[in-house]
Amino acid sequence: MSIEVCNLVRLAPGTQQRLLDDVSLKVPDGAFVALVGPSGAGKTTLLRAIAGLDGCNSGSVLLDDRPMTSVKDRAGRMGFVFQNYALFPHMTVARNIAFGLDVLPRGERPARSAIAKRVEELLELMQLQGMGGKHPAKLSGGQRQRVALARALATGPRVLLLDEPFGALDPIVRRSIRTWLRELHDTLGLTTILVTHDQEEALEIADRIVVMQSGRIMQDASPQDLDEQPATEFVMEFLGEAVSFSGEVRHGRMIADDALVLPFAVPEGVTDGPITAMIRPYEMTIKKPGSAQDVLSLYAAPRGTRNGYRHYTLQLGERIIPFYRPVEAADAQVQGVALDISRARLFRQGLLCG
Amino acid sequence: MTLSRLAFFRAGGSALPGYRLSLTLTLAWTGFFIILPLSTLLVYPWQGGPAAMLSALHDSRMLAALWTSFSCAGIAAACNIPFGFLLAWALARGHLPGHRLADALIDLPLALPTAVSGITLATLYGPQGWLGAVLAEFGISVSYNKAGIVLALMFVGLPFVVRAVEPVLRNLPQELEEAAHLLGARPWQVFIRVIAAPVLPALITGFGLAFARGIGEYGSVIFIAGNQPFKSEIAPLLIVVRLQEFDYPGATAIALVLLCVSLLSLALIGGVRRRFALWSEPA
Repeated sequence: MSIEVCNLVRLAPGTQQRLLDDVSLKVPDGAFVALVGPSGAGKTTLLRAIAGLDGCNSGSVLLDDRPMTSVKDRAGRMGFVFQNYALFPHMTVARNIAFGLDVLPRGERPARSAIAKRVEELLELMQLQGMGGKHPAKLSGGQRQRVALARALATGPRVLLLDEPFGALDPIVRRSIRTWLRELHDTLGLTTILVTHDQEEALEIADRIVVMQSGRIMQDASPQDLDEQPATEFVMEFLGEAVSFSGEVRHGRMIADDALVLPFAVPEGVTDGPITAMIRPYEMTIKKPGSAQDVLSLYAAPRGTRNGYRHYTLQLGERIIPFYRPVEAADAQVQGVALDISRARLFRQGLLCG
Repeated sequence: MTLSRLAFFRAGGSALPGYRLSLTLTLAWTGFFIILPLSTLLVYPWQGGPAAMLSALHDSRMLAALWTSFSCAGIAAACNIPFGFLLAWALARGHLPGHRLADALIDLPLALPTAVSGITLATLYGPQGWLGAVLAEFGISVSYNKAGIVLALMFVGLPFVVRAVEPVLRNLPQELEEAAHLLGARPWQVFIRVIAAPVLPALITGFGLAFARGIGEYGSVIFIAGNQPFKSEIAPLLIVVRLQEFDYPGATAIALVLLCVSLLSLALIGGVRRRFALWSEPA
């Protein structure tokens, strides 16, 4: 099922503050989209608006090109997993999962045995065999998470909306449930929208990432495009550690304010004038001395190893900046004469240029 | 369980200084104030011999009074359940103007001297009272009969139901309702399955408290009840009557029955409550 959000505006009740500021989004059938952004960016507000839980001041939500006006239109066709799971505490796991089927009008409701069978199927799919008789209070966080998912999937929705579903889980469970969820999405052929504030999680699980900031969508792209061509300084910064250098473009070359940074050629179309270059710590290199006369002015101090990269800190004038080298290429002593940042993205007034 | 029980009697590692001393003091204190009077009540009536006690228990006026007390308390507590639930709902969810004032007013029946509420109700609902006169036009009389007793008991019992239910409702996450809506539940299904069901144990607790209060209530009832023997006489009043007649065994016999039935019904209500609250027990 495809989802389309058109020009959605939502104001904070009683004020003119825009929680959602003219948001438009198209999610094709079968996509796995992650909504990311800092707290207060409007990710959850957007998800809730898609689910119809909060009204909006203007704009519309279309499901398979049909406008959805109320929660009732969406009932049973959209699965929603809340951040706190919102399991019914007084019902057993099996009753929780069966809820969406139990409340159907008599004519549409499957037979008792059919419901029981469906619950069993879902318990198995969620790797929760034998848990049907327990109450949610007796389950672990990861189990509750999966019960919430099973409940959302019981009515066979084609759309799954997840609001920070991994927030309360410990890192190991988080990682395993993440891959498992992606597999589930592929097996069931769902269209999934996931809200998270963890950009690494989003990069790992989603086909498309929608970066939000103060109620607006800053960029909507694949993880690769997002990394190569971040639309704004904010997106660049948000997706991972970044070091920025201010400078000026003169005759097609970027000359940084820091004297130890090597000038480099900028792409065609970048006009002369002040500019900001941003680069990931692992994309920088240090130029080794060419001859004995060169003055060694850059020293990197080792700061441990993570994810196959050795981390260093580099004293650059007044600043201390991070600097990574792949473990296999790293020397114990990293020193040189200048810093090469030719792989940097260039921004003017916060926006990508070139 | 056995371990925690052992730890209770042993001082081992308790943060409380002077564990043994505090325990002894607490036990002596509760024993003096609760166990001693209760056991006196249990022992005293039998002093005249079992025969005297049995004849005292066969007093039909007493049985009528006990029936009045228990049935009226039960009806009043049952009536308070829907009203108390709605009030608690309004307090927990609605942010109507003046909800703070309403919040304070609900506790008034607890704070008011019972005689004051009794006189107020009697003047309001009496045959010449503001409401009583209007109701009398329609041939409805709520004073000097059981309806009046129920009315008075509802008045004093309401805060118990509201205060038992309100925190539970307040702690019920709003997302439960939203989840139910999204799963296709219609409004009445949301109400019954997702709101009322988790609140049920608290409702039963509220019922139990209001019922217990209703059995013991004296001051607010006697002014409106009319107090006719066999008709609208409540058991606590009959105790006072017996005491005024210097019939101490008779008075204590009533007290004994009141005590036993109250304990029994509280235990019963507790059992039912636990039956419905199995889910809230931690792992």
